[in-house]
Amino acid sequence: MKFAVIVFPGSDDVDMYRAIKDELGEEAELVRHDAESLEGYDGILLPGGFSYGDYLRAGALARLSNVMKEVVKAAEAGKPVLGVGNGFQILLEAGLLPGAMKKNESLTFICRPEAIKVQNNQTIFTSLYEEGEVITVPIAHESGNYYCDEETLKRLKENNQIVFTYENNPNGSLEGIAGIINEAGNVLGMMPHPERAVDELIGGTDGLKLFRSIVKHWRETTNVTNA
Amino acid sequence: MYKVKVYVTLKKSVIDPHGSAVERQLQSMDYNGVSNVRVGKYIEFFVEKSDRNVEEIVKEVCEKMLVNPVIEDYRYEVEESVNQ
Repeated sequence: MKFAVIVFPGSDDVDMYRAIKDELGEEAELVRHDAESLEGYDGILLPGGFSYGDYLRAGALARLSNVMKEVVKAAEAGKPVLGVGNGFQILLEAGLLPGAMKKNESLTFICRPEAIKVQNNQTIFTSLYEEGEVITVPIAHESGNYYCDEETLKRLKENNQIVFTYENNPNGSLEGIAGIINEAGNVLGMMPHPERAVDELIGGTDGLKLFRSIVKHWRETTNVTNA
Repeated sequence: MYKVKVYVTLKKSVIDPHGSAVERQLQSMDYNGVSNVRVGKYIEFFVEKSDRNVEEIVKEVCEKMLVNPVIEDYRYEVEESVNQ
């Protein structure tokens, strides 16, 4: 499976790239923010970081860059799109996922491992986790305080779009939301960084199953198409 | 040339952690009468005169980039300006 890791000025793309290449053994390429096409990639990864210095709002400037038109196209075509940290913020700003991020309740940057509960394992991103499984994945953000209006929250619940919640809400997110998926089920945004939990030496491997789930789904569906 | 001033604030329904922190600090300084502090953004820019209505341009710029309508409201002022 071939992943595109989208690189904006200020992205932390290295962890994502390394997780795919070295830990997963799949193909990954860094694709610049001004790229004209995402053809040939089977999955799109929006990494964390501080694209454009988080100026204006986190993700606000990145979502207007050239490559985002292609990310929207890939999402509409049903390709898996994963946004982590700043990548999640960009997906929200781009309207690919509902809601918005506010500054953390504490107004501080929080960087530490967090216990995250898998609320929905019926997605292409979480199929290898158990439902209700609690995993440890690091967070590293200043604007991770998820917000949406009541109507949107109701819809998220009805469609089972809340994929991850914090066990000990670190940032004030509505209902402890740590990650949500779109209605079609192919765009996931999450503030915790699964790509930084892929190695026993540095904080465990609880993030690996997320990437393996994506690859598993891709293998299964690609085989069906070929058969 | 027009000078445009845009004021962006969090919607009333959205809790403002920034404003709350400022408010708590003000009250600890014995400004007990101060309440409902909301911290927003002020953005200014110039727009050259053209065939297009300036307000139309300002609204587009706000809605496409400067403002996130999920959590923010905005208002703006446009004034004629001879120099920058």
